[in-house]
Amino acid sequence: MAETHLPLWRSGRWEPGHALRCYGHIVRMWIRAALAYPASFWMTAVGNMLLSGLDFAVIAVMFLHTHALGGWSLPQVAFLYGTSGLTLGLADLLVGSMDQLGVRVRDGSVDTVLVRPVPALAQIAGDRFALRRLGRVTQSGAVLVWSVAHLHLDWTPLKALLLVSLVICGTVIFGSVFVGGSAFHFFMADAAEVQNSFTYGGATMLQYPPTIYARDIVRGTVYGVPLAFVNWLPALHLLGRPDPLGLPSWYAFASPIAALLCVVVAGLLWRTGIRSYRSTGS
Amino acid sequence: MDDALIEVEGVTKSFVVRRRAGRFRRTRTVVDAVAGLDFTVRRGEMVGYIGPNGAGKSTTIKMLTGILLPSSGRLRVAGADPVRDRVRLAQRMGVVFGQRTTLWWDLPLRDSYELARRIYRIPDATYTRNLARCVELLELEDLLDVPVRQLSLGQRMRGDIAAALLHEPEVLYLDEPTIGLDVVSKRRVREFLARVNAERGTTVLLTTHDLTDIEQLCSRVMVIDHGRVVYDGGLDGLHEQGRSERTLVVDLEREQPPIELPGTRLVRCEGTRQWLAFPASASAAPLVAALAGRYALRDLSVREPEIEDVIARMYGEAVVAV
Amino acid sequence: MYTAVCVRSFRRYATYRAATGARVITNTVFGFIISYTYLALWQVRPHLGGYDLSSALTYVWIGQGLLSVAALNDLGALTDLQTRISNGDVAVDLYRPVDQQAWWLACDLGRAGYQLVANAAIPMLVGALAFHLRVPQGSGWAVAACWSASALALVLALVVGYAIRYLVALTAFWLLDVRGVQLVYFLACSFFGGFFLPVTLFPPVLEAIARALPFVAVFQVPADVFLQRYDAAGTLAALGLQLVWAVVLLGIGRLVQGRAVLKVVVQGG
Ligand SMILES: Nc1ncnc2c1ncn2[C@@H]1O[C@H](COP(=O)(O)OP(=O)(O)OP(=O)(O)O)[C@@H](O)[C@H]1O
Ligand SMILES: [Mg+2]
Repeated sequence: MAETHLPLWRSGRWEPGHALRCYGHIVRMWIRAALAYPASFWMTAVGNMLLSGLDFAVIAVMFLHTHALGGWSLPQVAFLYGTSGLTLGLADLLVGSMDQLGVRVRDGSVDTVLVRPVPALAQIAGDRFALRRLGRVTQSGAVLVWSVAHLHLDWTPLKALLLVSLVICGTVIFGSVFVGGSAFHFFMADAAEVQNSFTYGGATMLQYPPTIYARDIVRGTVYGVPLAFVNWLPALHLLGRPDPLGLPSWYAFASPIAALLCVVVAGLLWRTGIRSYRSTGS
Repeated sequence: MDDALIEVEGVTKSFVVRRRAGRFRRTRTVVDAVAGLDFTVRRGEMVGYIGPNGAGKSTTIKMLTGILLPSSGRLRVAGADPVRDRVRLAQRMGVVFGQRTTLWWDLPLRDSYELARRIYRIPDATYTRNLARCVELLELEDLLDVPVRQLSLGQRMRGDIAAALLHEPEVLYLDEPTIGLDVVSKRRVREFLARVNAERGTTVLLTTHDLTDIEQLCSRVMVIDHGRVVYDGGLDGLHEQGRSERTLVVDLEREQPPIELPGTRLVRCEGTRQWLAFPASASAAPLVAALAGRYALRDLSVREPEIEDVIARMYGEAVVAV
Repeated sequence: MYTAVCVRSFRRYATYRAATGARVITNTVFGFIISYTYLALWQVRPHLGGYDLSSALTYVWIGQGLLSVAALNDLGALTDLQTRISNGDVAVDLYRPVDQQAWWLACDLGRAGYQLVANAAIPMLVGALAFHLRVPQGSGWAVAACWSASALALVLALVVGYAIRYLVALTAFWLLDVRGVQLVYFLACSFFGGFFLPVTLFPPVLEAIARALPFVAVFQVPADVFLQRYDAAGTLAALGLQLVWAVVLLGIGRLVQGRAVLKVVVQGG
């Protein structure tokens, strides 16, 4: 093509590295803007922490009246709670602002995102980045640490690896649900609150042991929206609990595959969404 | 080397619009925003793109920038498909939407530029030079640290134009860049655009409702209406195409009944003053001679056709023709 | 006039059809999740806190139904008031010859009415189909009395909830960023109101705190009335408690509003 003589910075090739760097720049800019009002920032951050702590207070109150829920002890449920909250929190921190996309689709300001030489996803995910969401991450992380300390697991390198992979894959799965769900904003800008059922609803569900739910519901989270791979399946192995569905034992290690699938599906949905974006009349 | 930068062939865009009709029913109508466009823009050209409200100007620009996928037809910018190569082409184009800012709303202008530097990967030297130039020519000095949402419309627009040019784009799309600007700012923006076009050879496609923009900037005009090009050529040609008329303003010594003169048409008659229209291509000399022979004149002048009138007539006809 | 405002508000909310659908789905999903956790808990401890299993499940679905009616996770119609305060439009409202508190109450009741029909009915119906829920029992008279007491308790709950939210919205006069306050409101109302768990299950100290706060009047009390946990005298006392809270909080709202108006007049918004 004619533009081969152009210097590199003019060639504008699509590069994931550049997209990530731009995401980083946008994020940094929003953090700086948020820290300009420290009082408000700390209030919302602490508020977020309390809000996510509330779920745990509910669990704690329940355990005042019982020693086991669905056959799981408090530290075990706390492990589920911590992993579910941590992964959701991280995904929410990284791409959670995307649920504001509906507003931008309706007022047509996605236009301006599309004329910049960075994938729209990187820009929209970074837009209005809210550091206050660290509240949930910190609180869930603390619960996770507490539960691990009380579980007396005999750690092996494999188990440690599984825990690390759980956090990463769980974040990726929830992140994909955020992105895929946001893509629906392009089709039905008003109805996108449904996404909350999968993200926040899903995370609440994962806080409790799979044994308490109807089997069909658990099956749905394995083969439908694969939320079971976020923490249930790896946790069954880590905590040595019997699997209510009797799935093959390698499912506990299959989270990376599920995460990859989620990314692909979310990517396709996103692409379709962008293609069908129709801007506004003015 | 073929120097066509923008090639548009038989491009259409239709929107499906759902309207509520009654309590539960919804009707589907198809709006043809663009109904078969053909044109080419060469490198370095500065083209005015005008048409009445709802003609499809903004829609065309959105397709050229890759925001909207055309319903049919072929569209090439620098040999590439704007939708498929959107991210790549974005590096080489600048866009200003008059009614919508591309700046970061809650952040100071300077941060928006800083971010543009990263996003477009502009080398430091180039960035500093271009920013200094824009700041000087568009008088942005005092605005750099103001959050964009606090800027007035005109200030924001100047900020937007600067943002679109920091990365030295090859092609610049401007959708109503002078909307809401005062006279001085308009002049400043026009001068700036003329310089960018002359010095860097940047191709410019400009839509506007202020025809002075076109008169002062563009050698070529495209008029579209109902999604079709109804005129494409120089400004002079526009007068012929629009069958424009010049006007004889006649001041008589005394009040007279309406003048009837072959080759002219009486437009207005007020006291001792009368307005006679005649084709722009005809000579005024014989008419003046004839008038002077018949009436006692106090004064007489010839008015050149107003571009506004020409365009207005053209818009009017296009509506009738459809 | 306030009736007209109420009706208009009802209609306005009725136009957000897709958003309503989305909410219904979300509430239903959460209803299922919480139901299963209750099932697990009540399996181990039947009659926990004096609720039998079907009462406990009914409690869950009433909660999901009332979540949007009582506007726990947003401010309901008062979101508009808050926006108007934040951007200064409220100055215009203050010059109109209407009572602000009554005006917005009418708006909010219209909203609640719509959400009762659209948002509450479906999750409750789904819950009733999926689980064995409890309906008022006893003689015909007792059933009729329970339904009418519940209706009254619901209206009072809406007024108390409104009075609290009115105070929350008014904070926008003093605070630039109201998200923090809103969050606190949601936390307090949903936890101490018994929305997540009946306050009877709380440890004694926590329960005492919750009982002393107005939030129980928004959710726990009407739910208990419907579940027939009170005898006749107890029901009257419960309704009386709600009434007292409504009067007190509306009164505080007026005082605060007066201060706010002064502030607007002095500082010109
Ligand atoms: N996103 C959209 N959805 C539905 N209809 C649209 C959309 N965008 C444009 N239209 C319709 O397409 C037609 C052309 O619109 P367009 O914005 O291109 O006009 P325009 O020439 O820019 O007008 P103006 O001078 O008023 O800016 C109009 O009839 C408009 O209603
Ligand atoms: Mg337009």
